[in-house]
This record gives sequence, structure tokens and C-alpha cells, in this order.
Amino acid sequence: MMSTLAQSGVPEIMGSITLAHYLFVSAVMFVLGLIGFLTRRNLIIMFLCTELMFQAAGIALIAFSRFHMNLDGQTFVIFVLCVAAAEAAMGLALTVLLFRKRESLSADEWRELSG
Amino acid sequence: MTTLAADAAHSAVTSGPAWAILIPAFPILGFALAGFFAATGNKNKLPALATVVCLAASFVTTVLLYFAWKDAGGGAMTVKAWDWFDIGSPGADFVASFSFYIDSLTIYWMLFVTGLATLIGLYASEYMSHDVGLGYCRFFAAFNLFVFSMSCLVMGSNLVMLYLGWEGVGLCSYLLIGYFYKKPSAVAAAKKAFIVNRIGDLGLALGLYLTFVHFGTVEYADLFANEKLLTYVDAAGRGAFHEIPVAAQGIALLLMVGAFGKSAQFPLYVWLPDAMEGPTPVSALIHAATMVTAGVYLVARFYPLFLTSQFALPIVAWVGAITALLAATIGMAQFDIKRIMAYSTVSQLGYMFAGLGVLTPTGGAYHVLTHAFFKALLFLACGAVMHGFAGQLDLRKLSGLWRVKGWMVVTIGMFVGCINLAGVPFTAGYFSKDTIIAECFVTPGAGPIGWILLFTAFLTAYYTFRVFFRVFMGPTEYHAGDDLHDAEAAAAHDEEVEHEAETGDHHFHPHAPGWAINSVLAILAVCSIAATGLYFVGGGKVDVHGHEVKAKHYAQSMVLQSTAAYVTPYDHHAFHPDDHSGDHANADHAEEPPAGVEPPERAIERPVFEPDVTDTIAPEREADLREALTHHVPPPAGVGPQGSIGEPLSFFGYDPHKAMYYVSGGLGALGILLAAALHWVGRRDAAHCAMDGIAKRFGPIPRWAENKWYVDEFYDSTIRKPLLAVSTWVFAAFDRLVIDGLIVNGFGYLPRIAGSLIRPTQSGRLHAYASGMAVGVLVLMLIVVLVLVRTGGLS
Repeated sequence: MMSTLAQSGVPEIMGSITLAHYLFVSAVMFVLGLIGFLTRRNLIIMFLCTELMFQAAGIALIAFSRFHMNLDGQTFVIFVLCVAAAEAAMGLALTVLLFRKRESLSADEWRELSG
Repeated sequence: MTTLAADAAHSAVTSGPAWAILIPAFPILGFALAGFFAATGNKNKLPALATVVCLAASFVTTVLLYFAWKDAGGGAMTVKAWDWFDIGSPGADFVASFSFYIDSLTIYWMLFVTGLATLIGLYASEYMSHDVGLGYCRFFAAFNLFVFSMSCLVMGSNLVMLYLGWEGVGLCSYLLIGYFYKKPSAVAAAKKAFIVNRIGDLGLALGLYLTFVHFGTVEYADLFANEKLLTYVDAAGRGAFHEIPVAAQGIALLLMVGAFGKSAQFPLYVWLPDAMEGPTPVSALIHAATMVTAGVYLVARFYPLFLTSQFALPIVAWVGAITALLAATIGMAQFDIKRIMAYSTVSQLGYMFAGLGVLTPTGGAYHVLTHAFFKALLFLACGAVMHGFAGQLDLRKLSGLWRVKGWMVVTIGMFVGCINLAGVPFTAGYFSKDTIIAECFVTPGAGPIGWILLFTAFLTAYYTFRVFFRVFMGPTEYHAGDDLHDAEAAAAHDEEVEHEAETGDHHFHPHAPGWAINSVLAILAVCSIAATGLYFVGGGKVDVHGHEVKAKHYAQSMVLQSTAAYVTPYDHHAFHPDDHSGDHANADHAEEPPAGVEPPERAIERPVFEPDVTDTIAPEREADLREALTHHVPPPAGVGPQGSIGEPLSFFGYDPHKAMYYVSGGLGALGILLAAALHWVGRRDAAHCAMDGIAKRFGPIPRWAENKWYVDEFYDSTIRKPLLAVSTWVFAAFDRLVIDGLIVNGFGYLPRIAGSLIRPTQSGRLHAYASGMAVGVLVLMLIVVLVLVRTGGLS
């Protein structure tokens, strides 16, 4: 059935969950993350927003993987999740350190890193 | 042209004995040894010993080479050490191997170079004893390197080897003039010598390039057998200089500039007197006997090229004469005896160039040899005085030295040198100088040069004996010099503690020269006298380009067998030695043994002699005819069929060669008598003489002469100062503003300006970066979508 879907390239029945749905969710998540990242000043929130964008990309990958019946994408997402977990630990640790320096979580506190 | 090929084949250059390489190898070994001793902190006279042994070995090898060359038939030989340059290019291969060209001229020069170097090395071992352990190794290292360079210069088989030697002797000269590097004047003199020589060396380098460009080779063996060159010589022989390309004529002029620089001729002579700042053995060897004669060697070696140039030889002759006179007038007014000798060297070098210019390379080469011996002797005698009297060189503070105990050998040596330089009859200097002067009156158009040289001979006799009568004759009186060879060495020298009490001259005891100095002076005195013998022996038949030619004496036979012989294969069509030969066979030198020898009969292969066409002959060519007549040699290159002999050559109705014996001898005697009257007779102390009153009557002229006619000041104001002003301006305007400002700093400003334009984007605001990224992604997406819409990818 999926192969016929793949061949058609466009969802035939809007009632069933198709690739477009996944991609729509992924896009919404990514844009939410982007807006959050651009508007908020709190380092932790900004960090979480990047995670949101990250996972949005992951969803898109898995959806395409399933769509093409190619498991490489899903395998790749597993790796990405592992890396993201490690990176999250690091990111949070950095945030803690930055907070200790300035007693604040505002990103604007670190403007001296200019050219 | 068939004769051309035959003659070229005849003068084919053979391969010489490989051991000839030892001649330059020994001095370079001595150089290495001196360097080794310096590295091991040597504190004795070992470097001098090594030097003398190496140079003596080199001299012995040269003597052996002389006999080997003679056994081989007396032709030119080449000895190849290794390949050096071999640069192939389409059309022309630049090949210059590290090899040696051995002919009579090479051997003639090398014999006195290595011989004198050995003797002067021995002299220096004692003279430089103040510096044992200090600069002793340095001195002898440079000394050896000099002999090596000189042998490359003289023996080299191509112009590149000559150039290597040329620059090498220049370097050694620089190193040795600046030997007392703590003395500012010595450093300045060294720089002056080097820089003035650069001007000449530029000429030599350009001459080298032009030779290659024009003839396609720099190897002597190929060059002197070059078809083109032979054609030019042929053209010059007919007086047809318009047939010779300007480039070919320019080679001689460029080489001439090089020769003028190295041999201290008129515009470029100023470095040589200052070079006396170096130790005296150096002055004797490099700046009197050998290196400065390199220019004479150059001209003699490339005589065929000079003959093909219309103006080169007349310029050489005139510059030589002017230099001789100018230097002699300056020498008359100096008080520093070493400087007098320096100016006399410049003056005598002028004689040699005049000799070359008036077509007697024999006279030039013979004067080089005699001058090498007697001038080395004079310098070494002056050096002995300087050494013994704590650096005193002022002839107003030395008098009557012959009576001082232990100075007899120096006095005799000085006397022998002086009579040679003054041209007292029957000395070597007398014969060699007369050969040149007489030739001036033989060569048409060179008469004024002859008169200048005659007058100079008178001045020479005067200033030479002025020194001798002031310093060695008269009442005994001497004052110690106010500076020693080296202040440190003086302190180390126990015998000369007295020098510290310089105020009281009574405490000063001169130390008489030791065995090394005395024996060298004695040997050189004997050699100077013995050089006379070369004027009488060694003549005979020599083979010149396949023609048997009768040489008058040793020096001439050596010159005639070399490239300096201007007797070329082109004598065939020169002229028929008819009526005049009879007159001049008898009117030759008194010493000419068989007075009635018939001139050699020559086959007239091309009977094209047309006496009517006389307008195109160059005057100096005509002289060759006369030379040929008087000396029984075939006519030289410059003689063409248009040549005509007008009035018989004469000096007030007498044969110049014969008359000159009396005239120049008389003038020399007059000069000596004048010097005796003014500087010896009735002189009561060292400082005053009869000349003082006479000098006053000349007004400021003696002072001008003492100040060297202000030539240095003239150069300073016309060349150095404008050059300095221009270069200061160029530095400020061009280097600082354009190079530094516009280009170097400009390139520095560009990135800085570009950076300041985009620096605001690096605000440090995290959100600015993120927004930028987001906008960028949006733009990219927009582009992708637009492209897809355009190409219909979305449909």
C-alpha cells in the first residue's frame, strides 16, 4: 500500500494519516522552536527551543524514512537522539556555568563576544 | 677564407698537463690551513709558515709548467678541472668550464705573481709579527685567497673564470685594506676601493655578456679562433671599421672600463692611494705588483678585440698618459712616503696602459714585470721603515737612515728600487719605460703622449729621489710614529715599551728589520736588477700563428706567442716591406744584436696594395707598419692595403728607440740632480729643505697638489653629494610615500577598511545572529521555491 502511495507522490485520502501530516507537525514544531529561540532571552528556554527544532527535524526524517521504506533514516535518527542527549547534558552544564558567572540567565549578558 | 681556416687550425689549442691545477690549488690549501689555524686559536707563526710553503709550492709548479709548456712547443694549452656552467638555450650554449688556459702570457704573469707572493709572504711573517694570535691567521687566509683568485684571473680559460678571479681579488683587496678594522680610515678606504671597483666591474660584466651575445662563446680557445672575430680583425686591418658592428667594437670599450677600475686609471684611480691603509705587504703585493696589473693583463689578453675597436686603444693610450702625469704631480707634493709610492704606482700603471695603447703590448708587459719587482721592493723598504719607526711615514720626520745601525740593507734596497723607478740608465725600469716612450714617437698621432710620458719620467725621477734623499740621506734624525700598527699589539710587544714615552724622541729606539725582511729585500733587489737581463736574453724565433717571427727579447717572445700578439694571419696582404725596411733595420735599438738582419720575406698572396687610397687608415694602424719594419716582425692586424708610409718615423731626425735612451736617461738624471739639490745638499734637519722656499714661489699650486688636486673633493661634490641628495629625495618621495605608504600600507588598509564595513554584524547579540540565520534560511527557501515555480517542479 505504501509503495502505491509513494508512486502517487500525493496523499489520496485526507482522512488517513499520510506523510504530509507528519511533515506538517514537523514544520509546526520547527517554527515554534524558531520563534521561541528568536523571541526569548532566557538561556534555558532558548536551549529547549533548539531541542524542539532538533526533534522537528527528527520527525521529518522518520516520516521520509517510512515513506521510502528505507530504514537508514530511522537509524540515523537513533544516532541523532543519542548525540542530542549528550549535547543536552553539555548545554545545560554550560548554562549553569554561565548563570554562575552573571547570576542571570539572560542571553544579552554575553554581548562582549562581539567582533 | 681558406687561409683563415688553415690558420685557425694551426693555432688549435692542445690539452695541457693536469697538474697545472696545483698552481691555484696550493694557495687555496694555504687558505684552508690558515682558516684551520684560526679555528684552533693558533698563537704562533705557523700560519705564515704554511702560507710561504704553499705559495712556494705554487711557484715551483709554475716554473715546472713553464718548462712543460716549452717542451710542448709553446702553443696554447687548456687544462680542464671540471664542468662549471653549461646552460643550453636554443641557438646558443653558454659553456664556461672551470678550466685553465695556458699560454706564454699566462705563464709570464703567473711566474711573477706566485714568485712575489712567496717572497712577500715571507716578509709579512715578520712584518705582521705584532699581530700573532690576533689577526695573523686572518691576514694569511686573505693573502692565500688573493693568490688563488689572482691565479684564477690570469689562468682562467674563459671570461667567467676571469670574472671569478677579478671579483675574488677585489674581495681580498677589500678584506686586506680593511685589515685594521678598528681604524675608521682603514674601513673607509676598504669601502672606497670596493665601491670604485664596482664601476669598473660593471664594465667588465657587460663586456662579458656582450662577448657571449655577439660571439656566442666566452672560452678563449673558441673566441680567439672565432670566424667572426677573425673577419673583424681582417676588416680592421684594412682600416674598414665601418664593416665591424658597433656591438663588437663596444666589447673592447666595456672591458677597458673594467681594466681602468682594477688598474686605477684616470677617472677611477682614487681608490689606490687610500688603499695604503692596509698592511704594507698587502700594498706591495696587491696594490703595486700583481692585482693592479690585472687591467693590463685584460687588455693584453683581449688585444685582438681591442684592435677591432676604432677608439679603444687611443683612449687607453690617452688615459694612461693623463693618469701617469696626474699621479706624478700629486706624488711630488705628498709627504707620506707610502702614499708617494702609491701615486707612483698609479703613474707607472699609466705608462703600461699608454704602452698598450700605442701598440706595444711588449712594452706594457715588460714594464709590468720590472715594475712588479722594483715597486714591491720600494714598498717593502717603506714598510720596513714603518715597521721599525712605529708607523712613521712622514718624510719630514725621518732623515739619514742609512747611518742608523741595521738599516743598510733597507737603504740599498730602497736605492735599487729608486734607480729603477727613476729610470737610471741600464736598469730594468729604464729599458721597459723607454720601450713604451719610444713607441709613442713611432706611432703616428701618439707624439703628444710621448711628450707627456717624457715629462712624467722627469717628474718620476724627481719625486722618487726626493724620498730617497730625504729619508735615507742627509743628517740622521728620526721621530717615532704616533700610531703603531695596532694598539693592542703594541702593548703586547715588550721591546717597544719605549714607545709609550712618545713625547721624548730620545727614548725611541727603532728596531732594525730582522732576517726575513732583510733577505726578502735583498732577493727583490737582485731580481729588480736581474730583470734587466730579460731585455737582452730570450729573443729569437718564435712561432706566431704559423709564422716565424723574430722576437727581440724574452718579454717580447712571451708576448708574441700569446693572444696579445697583434701579428695575425692577415699580414699577407698588408704591404710589401720594400724601401723602408732597409733604413730601419739599422736604425733599431743599439742592443739589437745583428744590425743588418734582413726582414723576413713574406709571400704576397693578395697583391692589393694601393698606396693611393690613404684616407681611411687609422693612424694607430699605420704604426703597426712601422713597428713591423723596425722590429722585423710581420705587420700587425691593423695594417691594411691602404696603409702608406709617409715621412720616415723619427724623433728630430733620429730613430725614436735609439734617441729615447739618451733623452729619457738625461731627463731622469736631471730629475735626480734636481732632487739632490733641493732635498739633500745642505739640508740640516729632517723637516726643512731647499725646496721649501721654492715651493712658496709657486703660490697655492703645491698645496693643491698636496691635496691631490681636490679630485676626491670634486668627486664628492659632483657625484657623492648629488647622489646622496637624489637618493634622499627618492627615499622620502618614492620609498616612503609610494612604496611604504601606497603599496605596503595600502595593502594593509584594504582588509582593515573591508573589516570595518562588516564588523557591525558581529554584534555579540545572540538573537541578532539567530535572526540573521533565520532570514538567511528564509531567503534560501524563497529562492528554492521560486526556482521550482520557474522550472515547473511544483506542478
